[in-house]
Amino acid sequence: MRLASYWRTRQQRLGLVGEICPHCGKPLFPPRDVCPACHGPAKEPYRFSGKGTVYSFSTVYSAPEGFEAYVPYVVALVKLEEGPLVTAQLTDVSKEEVSIGMPVEMVTRKLREDGDAGLVAYNFKFRPVLQAVIDEPVSLSATA
Amino acid sequence: MRGVALYIRSQTDRRLDRHLRDVSIIGIGQTPVGEHWDKPLRVLGTEAVRAALADAGVECPEALYVGNMLSGQLLGQENVGALIADHAGLSGIEAYKIEAACASGAAAFRTAYMAVASGLCDVVVACGVEKMTDTLTDETTGALVAAADAEFEGEHGLSFVGINALLMQRYLYEHGYDRQDFSGFAINAHRNAANNPNAMFRKKISAEAFARAKIIAEPVSLLDSSGIGDGAAAAVLASADWARAHGKRQVRVAASAAATDAVALHDRDDLLFLRAAWLSARKAYAQAGVSPKDIDFFELHDAFTIMSALSLEATGFAERGQGVRLAMEDAIALNGRIPICTMGGLKARGHPVGATGMYQIVEAAQQLLGAAGANQLPNCRLGMTQNIGGSGATVVTHILERAG
Ligand SMILES: [Zn+2]
Repeated sequence: MRLASYWRTRQQRLGLVGEICPHCGKPLFPPRDVCPACHGPAKEPYRFSGKGTVYSFSTVYSAPEGFEAYVPYVVALVKLEEGPLVTAQLTDVSKEEVSIGMPVEMVTRKLREDGDAGLVAYNFKFRPVLQAVIDEPVSLSATA
Repeated sequence: MRGVALYIRSQTDRRLDRHLRDVSIIGIGQTPVGEHWDKPLRVLGTEAVRAALADAGVECPEALYVGNMLSGQLLGQENVGALIADHAGLSGIEAYKIEAACASGAAAFRTAYMAVASGLCDVVVACGVEKMTDTLTDETTGALVAAADAEFEGEHGLSFVGINALLMQRYLYEHGYDRQDFSGFAINAHRNAANNPNAMFRKKISAEAFARAKIIAEPVSLLDSSGIGDGAAAAVLASADWARAHGKRQVRVAASAAATDAVALHDRDDLLFLRAAWLSARKAYAQAGVSPKDIDFFELHDAFTIMSALSLEATGFAERGQGVRLAMEDAIALNGRIPICTMGGLKARGHPVGATGMYQIVEAAQQLLGAAGANQLPNCRLGMTQNIGGSGATVVTHILERAG
């Protein structure tokens, strides 16, 4: 990614800020300024919750230039709870644990270090929704 | 969807051919697909153009349209239209490069078709050319990602294989297939390529080999994927009147249509429906006055096995979720209900991306001229070609008809 493009898309990458159509209410991510549903202008910023589910995914073993150092990694289409699909890597999860329908949430992570440009690219990734699971009360006594 | 409905009506209900002249292919040429270490882009393009002109018995066409995707990225060379015109001995004529990712070849053919059908030109050449093996594989696959959305797909490390993997994974999930169910597409392509002297992979493969193939991006394996290579293919187009007056052998262009969809997968309303494939096929059927059951064979865009299934569904040869069944039942074989990839397809003839659409056209013309050798289909009259750019963003469909 070029530096200018990186700067231009910072709101989207770091805050998952898209747009919402003021005419038909369709939430849009990435932002596109013209609503694809009703074709009206749609420039109202809209911050997505970052919650969604895995719609499809793939573990990439053979990476395009710039991503060779990170294989294997999991790329997914995430269906945001507001409606749109978004392309992103999954993180904090092993590839065997990923399944379609799995609840995920957005986090900000380093995506890659761009060798030539020296740019450390941060972007959104999604991780499984953390669930506080306590199976049994923790015993504080040291009787064992 | 209101816009789309209006669009379809405007494109299919009115008579598309009201002002158009009939257009025919009067000559074809191609180089083998492979690693042409000794030949630069200009030489490959020149060989195909000269071969097509010689086949047509034409000395100097009025224009040259060159389909190419990667010359700028991989070779640092643009202005490819003029370059090939000059080297093919056609310096002085109008010439452009046409770029529409992997659909560049058919887009160049359609541009040539429009030039003749409109009456602006009588005789033109369309050529597709790509040079992909001068660079390392990483660099070439990195460049191919440019057919996707660079800022919102490519940026996340999604390779082109990865994009097709997302489609295939969802397809397996929704329709309950196993990845092995797609083996028939690859087996058919390799079987047909075995008899094509211009094909890159002329070895048959087995279902066992498909099962064992190395996974590139789960669930897509090496044998789901087409092989990239160098190559060029070309055709000479002329108005049917001119061709008749000059006694040329003709293959009629019965329909030419193109359509677009969102470039990024995540921007599509319906992930497993190739809307542009459906739109362009629908327009082509309307122009030719035919339906899928009239089509004798289909040169589809099997860049990945999942694309074959989705293309068969979008063009009306199978219901949704049933495209892969045509491969499982071998209905796609040369003697099947709807033969596809009759000369090996992208999978085994090879996929020199910007040239591929022209290979499809040239091979369909070979079938209709009775020049397909051991793979000749008996009594074929109508052949359809469909060239897909990106994962379905640009789709160009043609229907060719045997003359007489
Ligand atoms: Zn709207």
